[in-house]
This record gives sequence, structure tokens and C-alpha cells, in this order.
Amino acid sequence: MNYHILKKDELDGFIKKLSGKMKVVAPVARGAGNFAFQEVSGASEIALKYIPTILPPKKYFMPQRETMLEFDISGAKPSDTAVVDAGETAVFGVHTCDLAGIQCLNMVFSERPRDYNYLRRKDKILLIGLECGDYCDEYASCALVNSHMPSGGYDLFFTDLGDRFIIHVHTQKAEELVEEMGLAKAVPADMTALEKVRAHKRSVFKKEVNVDPRKLPAIFAAGADSKVWKDVGARCVSCGNCTNVCPSCYCFDMADTMNLDLKTGVRTRTWDSCQLEPFAQVAGGENFRKERSERQRHRYFRKFKYSVDKFYRFFCTGCGRCTRTCMADISLKETLTSLVKENV
Amino acid sequence: MKEEIKNSNWKLRKGTIIAAKQMTDAEKWFDIRLEDGELDHEPGQFVQVELYGVGEAPISVCSSPTKRGSFELTVRATGRLTNAMHKLDAGDQLGIRGPFGKPFPVKVMAGNDLLFVAGGLGIAPLRSLINYVFDNRRDFGKVDILLGCRTPHDMLFGSEIGTWQKRLDLNFLCTVDRGAPDWKGNVGLITTLIPGVTIQPERTFAVVVGPPVMYKFVIAELIKKKVPERQIVLSLERHMKCGMGKCGHCQIDHPKNYYCCKDGPTFTYDEVKESKKL
Repeated sequence: MNYHILKKDELDGFIKKLSGKMKVVAPVARGAGNFAFQEVSGASEIALKYIPTILPPKKYFMPQRETMLEFDISGAKPSDTAVVDAGETAVFGVHTCDLAGIQCLNMVFSERPRDYNYLRRKDKILLIGLECGDYCDEYASCALVNSHMPSGGYDLFFTDLGDRFIIHVHTQKAEELVEEMGLAKAVPADMTALEKVRAHKRSVFKKEVNVDPRKLPAIFAAGADSKVWKDVGARCVSCGNCTNVCPSCYCFDMADTMNLDLKTGVRTRTWDSCQLEPFAQVAGGENFRKERSERQRHRYFRKFKYSVDKFYRFFCTGCGRCTRTCMADISLKETLTSLVKENV
Repeated sequence: MKEEIKNSNWKLRKGTIIAAKQMTDAEKWFDIRLEDGELDHEPGQFVQVELYGVGEAPISVCSSPTKRGSFELTVRATGRLTNAMHKLDAGDQLGIRGPFGKPFPVKVMAGNDLLFVAGGLGIAPLRSLINYVFDNRRDFGKVDILLGCRTPHDMLFGSEIGTWQKRLDLNFLCTVDRGAPDWKGNVGLITTLIPGVTIQPERTFAVVVGPPVMYKFVIAELIKKKVPERQIVLSLERHMKCGMGKCGHCQIDHPKNYYCCKDGPTFTYDEVKESKKL
């Protein structure tokens, strides 16, 4: 195991050095208790204690809108070029729930046929995790899906030890960076302090819904026609907020836009939401998920059932964003609790 | 930093329309040649058609892979892309991605009898298989084709179907929902044709393609005929936007998490009977 130490008053130098090499983004306070990942140039801008940002860091891996193809129809024959616009970026301060979200997306986009736009961006991103010592707020359910503890998916991982950070160096890329930065190696006392943080976490983080998580896929299978979906559907306003803020939602739409010269144009990929009414509609008029209850059920199934069958993991990372952002007070924890009660 | 992705799955193959024909008020037929060679598809697969600046739509290939040099599409003007496509004619260019999807299980079906059931535009994807079977006729047993359309006026591939009626190696039956003054054939839903067909269910594959509303009723008739569920083959309709099992639009509400574009569009009834909707 390779652990290093960074004193807290040296964080600013670390960020400044890093931003000399690449774009650095980190959580920044945006007022009214909201946080957002955005570009920073020094440690003073960074919110080290933050609740999950409005949008998860997936926006750096899969931007809200992205050009996939540039085309030109001015010649005798149309021509096109597939492009990606990706720059070296360090994403600093990613909580374990969002690291889990990125791990979900990695699986989706590296499955064949591969998505090279995503993979190219991923290659250029240096991921620096930051441990939560405590719950962010009452909406999180990370212990239920076991994403409250670090389990890979990062280059470097920071844990706050009071006056210093202990840093787990996880990749070769990170190793080289740490060497270049000249960070001191951790000593046994640091490791003891880290273990104390983890022990505290184990005592604080408890399954937020009273169920054996391994049983959830079966509970969902049995609850496909549960009245829970009717209740949730009756409240849902189909705004699509829950999927936009979700760290593991990746559904998208494709659209062409002509430039003003009417000769060149782009084909773009935009985030889409399975909660919007036309999502599963076909040109003939049939809508395969016309009811809000069907669409909400679909969303939950993609987090707790389908993803387990396909990728052997939950696509819910317990970050709580969908609940925090919902205008109709649909709570993930409450929905799960009702479903579990009905199907035990 | 913008860079080119040489192996991107979003790159388009360049196609030229070599022939086009308005078939009915709503449907137009296109014969398309690709610059880089054969489409290399199998019966039942689909392509994504791109018109630069308009967008993309998934369209079933309606020609058999045994026809070389070009492939055919039959397109109903119903959305943005398809309406724009109806304005195209021979000589016009378009982009193609694909072929995509799981084809009809032709190798499994070989040696068995076939019962084709086509409703409306469903004849288009089915025609890729029907013509394939005709070109490999001795590999298959008895062939029955049942076709249903709204009115005689809506019938697609009319002249081709005229030759089917004359062939001795198949039994062809047709019905329309609403007749016309000069119509001498059957009137009624396609389900009314099924009881009259003589089949040996244990050695028959029924291949059913039509609008979503048709499946429930046709399948019920086939089950009455004792066709095993594993031998009822369907091609399901969804809006496949990427064709690569990622965009999420075509996912079927089924315990097995099927993506219609990748796991389908062809399924046996056995595979999809637990779906919320077919």
C-alpha cells in the first residue's frame, strides 16, 4: 500500500502546481447550501466539506451536450469527421458515491461497441477522491449500496486527518505525480489515524433502509406491479431532474444542428431523461412508457434490478441527489422502504 | 483540444440512392448503394439513416442479403427524418450506420415449415426474410404467408406480391381491414386468416411482424394452433437512437433488461412474453 502525506497548509501549493499542468476542477460553494464542480486555481476556492454537488462529476466524462460528428455538405459529396473535445483535467475532491457513479459509467461505455468519446475523456482525467468522515445529510443512502468506503476508481484518494491529508496513491499516473510533487511518505502513526477515521465511519454509517441489499433485486422483481409505483407516479411531475443529477444516469439523445452557413453542421449528443413523456415513444405513435408510474418504475429498476443483472452492481450510489432535487418530494429511501415492506 | 476519432462508432457510411419509388401515399421505397461495399446484413436487421442536418432514424432493411450490390428500405413518412427522406430521389446521398440488431434465426429455422404473419408496414422487415427464404427455398419446408393491410390501397410491394400468389411453392393469403369497390379478397383482421391455415405446429416457425397492437391477438391465435412459444418469432418496435445498447430509448420493460437494438429487434415469444408491452 502506498500512502503519502500532504499538510493542509500545503494544499494550496498542491492545487497551484497541479493547475500549472492541467485544468483543475473541484467543489465550490455556490450559496444557499449548494455546491458545484468548477475550475479552481487555488485551495481557498475549494469547499472541502460539501454535500453532493448539484451535478455530479459525470459532466466531465459525458458533458450535457457534446459534438460527436462534424459534417460538411457543401461539396459534391458530404463529408464528416468524428471528433472529441477532451483536455487534460484533474477532478479534485470526488466523494466515494460519485467515484462509484463514474465506475458505473466506465462499465457502460467500455462495453462493446465502445464509446470512444467517453473513453478518450476518461483517459485524460486525473481523479482525486476525498473521503467523507460523516453523513452529508439525511438524504444519502450510501451505506445501503456500500459506496461510503473507498473501493478504487480513483488515481489519488485524500482522507482528512485534522492538520493533514493522508493520500492513497492508486495508479502509476498518480505515483509519478506524487513523486514530482515531493510528498512525504506516510508513517505508521498516520496509518493508525486513518484506521481511526474508518472505525468512526463504520460506527456512523448504517444501512439507511432496513433490508439486506443483496435481496433488493429480487424484491424489485416481485414488486414490478407494486402500488408504490402508482403512488410515486401520482406525485411525479416528469421534470427529469432526478436523472439529470444522477451520477449513473447516462441515457442520451442525438440531434443534428446546421450552422448558419447551411453548409456545415454538427451531430450532438445531449443528456436525455427516461422521465420525459416522449422518451419511449415511437414514430407510429405508440408510447411504451406513457404513464409516469411506468417511467418512475423504470428509473428505479435501472438502479436496483437491471444493472445488477447486467453489470453485477447497483447503479444507485446513494448520493441522495434525486431526493434532494425532487420538486415533488419523492424520496428514494421512502420508496425503497415502502417497496421492501410490501414484499418481505 | 479537439481531436479526430478514427474508429468512432458514430462515423457514417456514405450511401447513394440508386432508385426510389412512391409506393403508397405514405410509403416510399429506396434502393441504396454504399460507397464502401456491401451493407453485409442479415434478414431482420436495421440501419440508422442519417440526413445531414435533419438527424437519424432507425429503418428496417427490406431486402434480402442474397441481393448483392445494394439494399432496400421502405419508409413511412411519419417523423421528421422520414418526411425529409420522402423528398429524396435517385442520385441523392445519405449517411448510414449499421447494420444493427439480432437477425431472424434463419439457421435455427432451416429445415422447418414457416408461417409468416405480416401486418401493415411489418411486411418490410419480413420481406428481407421472405426473399431470403425464396433464394434458399430448398432449405425450408412448407411456406405460408399471411398479409394484412388497412385497405387494398395500402398494400406494399403489390407487383411482387402478385408473383407470390402465382408461386406453387408457397401459400399466400391476404386480408384488408376495410375493402374497396374493386376488392375481391378477404375483409377482416389478420387474425381471421390464422384458423384456416393448415400447419404442423411442432415443425413450424411463425414469424410475426406488425404494429405493436397486433401481437397480442396474433400470438393468441398461434398458441391456439399449438405453435410452441419458442417457435413464434417477433420483431419488436422501439425507437433505437444509438443502435449500440447505450442511449436507453429502446429498452424493454422486461425482467431481462433487453435493449431492442442489441438483444432484438427479433425475439422469440418465449423470450419476451414477460414484457409489460410487446
